[in-house]
Parts: sequence; C-alpha cells; structure tokens
Amino acid sequence: MSKQKGAKDLVPGGMITEAGNAREYETGDWRTEKPDVDHDKCIHCFFCWAYCPDSSIIVDPEEGKMKGFDFKHCKGCGICARICPKNAITMVSER
Amino acid sequence: MGTVLGLNGNSAVAHAMRQVNPHVVAAYPITPQTDCVERFAEFVADGRVDTEFVTVESEHSAMSACVGAAAGGGRVMTATSANGLALMWEIVYIAASMRLPIVMMVANRALSGNINIHCDHSDTMGARDSGWIQLFSENAQEAYDNIIMAIKIAEDMSVRLPVMVTQDGFIISHALERMELLDDEEVQKFIGPYKERYPMLDLKNPVTYGPLDLFDYYFEHKWSQIDAVEHCLPIIQKGSDEFGELSGRNYELLESYKLDDAEFGVIALGSTCGTAKEAVDRMREAGKKVGLLKVRCFRPFPTEHIIKALSPLKGVAVLDRSSTFGGFGGPVFNEVRSALYDAPERPLVIDFLYGLGGRDIFMEDIEVAFQRIEGVVTKGRIDTHVDFLGLRE
Ligand code: SF4
Ligand code: SF4
Repeated sequence: MSKQKGAKDLVPGGMITEAGNAREYETGDWRTEKPDVDHDKCIHCFFCWAYCPDSSIIVDPEEGKMKGFDFKHCKGCGICARICPKNAITMVSER
Repeated sequence: MGTVLGLNGNSAVAHAMRQVNPHVVAAYPITPQTDCVERFAEFVADGRVDTEFVTVESEHSAMSACVGAAAGGGRVMTATSANGLALMWEIVYIAASMRLPIVMMVANRALSGNINIHCDHSDTMGARDSGWIQLFSENAQEAYDNIIMAIKIAEDMSVRLPVMVTQDGFIISHALERMELLDDEEVQKFIGPYKERYPMLDLKNPVTYGPLDLFDYYFEHKWSQIDAVEHCLPIIQKGSDEFGELSGRNYELLESYKLDDAEFGVIALGSTCGTAKEAVDRMREAGKKVGLLKVRCFRPFPTEHIIKALSPLKGVAVLDRSSTFGGFGGPVFNEVRSALYDAPERPLVIDFLYGLGGRDIFMEDIEVAFQRIEGVVTKGRIDTHVDFLGLRE
C-alpha cells in the first residue's frame, strides 16, 4: 500500500485529478491465493490477459508472449486460471 | 438604482434567477414552488436569459442534472418543495459531498402524509444534515436577496458548497409584496463571472467525480467536508455585508429584534418572524421586556452567535415548525439548547411546535409562548419542555 494522505492534503470534494492513477492502488495485498503459470503448457493465446479484471497479466507484445503476473495488482481472483484453455495456470495458497 | 415592483416570493426568486442568468437550470414542478420555475421558463422562452433549461421527469433527475452540470463547470440553479426535495435526497447529499456550488430555492411545504401543500419546515429540516448551507427568508424581499447572496457565498473558493434558500410556501411564495429589485448589471457585477474548479469539461485536465471511496479515504473526505461547512460562517457574513453595501439591506446570520434589554425571547425562522416582531411590539407597549431572535442561517448553525444573543435572557421559547418524532423537541430547540449547555449564564428554554401543514400562527399564539416562558422563569422550573401552539387537543 502506498503512503496514505491525511485529510488536510486531499482535493476538496474527493475528486481524482490525475488520470490513470488507479495503478497507485495496489490491490495485490488483497490476495490469499496467487496464480502460477506453467510456461511449457502455455500457448500464448492471451485469454488470461483479456479476462484479467486487474490488468495484471504481463505480456510482451513484440514477442507475442505471456510473461507472468503483476503481483502488485493481481488480487488473486483466479479468473485467469479458470479461463486458460490449456490449464497452464494454477492457483497456489499464499498463507 | 433598482426597480420597485409588486411580486410574490416565487416571482421574486424567478427574477433573481433571471438576473443571475445561470448556465443551467434543471427543475421539476411541485407546489408551491412551481410558479417560480414557470416564471423562469418564460424568461428562457422569451430569450431573456442564456440558460440551458432542462425539463426532467422527476426531482431525482433534476438534482442529478444539476450535479452533472455543476461538475461539468457551470453555474447551476434549481428549485423545489417538500416531497420533491425528499425525492432528490440521495443526490442532495452528493451535491454537497462533491462541493458543487448549486443554489436551490425551497418553498417550504409539509411532507406527506397526509397530503398537504402548505407550509411547514419538515422538508428543509430533514435536509439539515445533508451538507448544504441553509438560509431562511422572512419575506419575498429576503428570498430574492438571499438567492443573490447565495450565489456569491456558494461560489467563494473557500466555500464551494451548495446553498438552499428557503421561503415559506404560500405565505411568502404566493403573497404579493412590495419588492425592490436590483439592476441586472448590478447583480452581474456583484456575483461576478463564474469561476470553475476542476470542471469535467476541461479535457486537458481530466478529473473523476464521485469515485469509489472506502474505509481508507472516505473518513478523511468527510472530515474535509465537515471542516468546510464549519468554516464558512465568516464568508456567509462577508457576502451579506457586501450585499448590504450594494443594496442598503443588511443581513446577519441571526437578527436580534429588541433583544438588547429583553428578559424573554422567542426564536423563530421564516415568515413567523414578521408576526413575532408585531407581537413583540405589542407586548413592549404593554411594558413587557421581550424580543425576538430570528435565525436566518440555520446551516451551518451559528452556535457562538446563539450563545451571545441568548445568554443574557432569563427565558427563551423556541418556535419549531417541524417535528423530530421522538427526538427531544423540534430541530431548532435541539440545536439551541445544545448550544447553550456550556454557556456560563443561560436562560431556561422551552419548545413549541406550531404551524404544521400551514396552520396559521397569530400574534396571540406568540403572546402565549411569551406568557408560558415567563411563567416557567417565575416558577424556576420547566414542567413541560415541548408543547404545541394552535393545536386543538
Ligand atoms: S488471479 Fe485474477 S487478478 Fe490475478 S492475474 Fe489472474 S485474473 Fe488477474
Ligand atoms: S490463457 Fe493460458 S495459455 Fe493462454 S496465454 Fe494465458 S496462460 Fe497462456
């Protein structure tokens, strides 16, 4: 979690005045299970990338490859594991 | 110089809105407010204002459109009454939370049920905790003046809060009075051009209004709203003083009427203050040391001013035109008694609920209130804290 501002430092009215600042909200600390990919099984179809609600699948568009996960923001919902046509992703407990 | 006209409160406010010439008005008809917005719609149709007039399908939509327009960067006004205000409820709070300086006239009317179209303060008293500034008017002139002051106060960069200007339904909204209107240019000069703050239509500086705000920041945002409301009393007074210089009509947060050497006082809001002044005059002629405290600004509640005005008195009768149903007396009584609790010298305070659903209040009723508080003080004890005026039991 990034450092939180005090009440006196906020924009009156609670508006967000910076575009795209949702990335500062690190939802990664909500996670209890994390996805783990078996790169040998992966066919780089990008289904996981399309379905991830937190834009947390890291892909290399040049190479056309699925690379892994952004664990600062991946909240461990398991959608990627469910959608993967090759069962290349498994959810593992972080407890 | 201004113009002298015979107008009712609704028309007076419609003229104030015409002179303000807001970017957007979104409103829905409801008695007794309707003919205010009807008059304003005529000004729109006749091309006398530049306003985008949005005819909506409900008050919920009216306030929603106002919020959108104000967030977009416009000067925005509306008007409503009673059940219309109740239907707006959700968005009324949102307008204040987003610090949007919308100005709304409320022609006070009793909330249903049963269905009643006449005056009491249950509508705006219900909205007292919504974060809006609330200015009550004694007559049509004050309603007109308050609207113009409200624009200036709401839009002050240190305030940026919505303002509700009330006038008693029918008693003020539909009664013809001698009115002094300022010149159109004077009003424009007084309010100045609208100053935007974080307008959504500024595409170069994108901004998100009303995002999800959970346990990590909501509390801090509420503090900042509480702080803003608590600190706007001096700006309300400053706006009123500047208006006084322009118009010759001077307004305070509270108006003291013959309270200086008084022993007993009544407190009231709205048109009843006119009746109470007459009653005070009549009782003064009979040698009674009585006076009136008129509350013009109810939100934020001017606690310090109340203490200063009431502390020297022996007894105070509060006149409440709405009930809290199970609370300790009406809303004005609640606030006044609470304000006085820590005062080193404080009067005995009793409450009278009166005028619900438009029941008339007469000078004789106010004299009864004075007699009762005098009796309480003589006895040195309050037997009945909350009673009724003008009720058939
Ligand atoms: S677990 Fe959920 S949040 Fe994390 S990468 Fe998979 S789909 Fe995205
Ligand atoms: S869905 Fe499965 S196969 Fe497709 S890219 Fe993601 S991990 Fe690889």
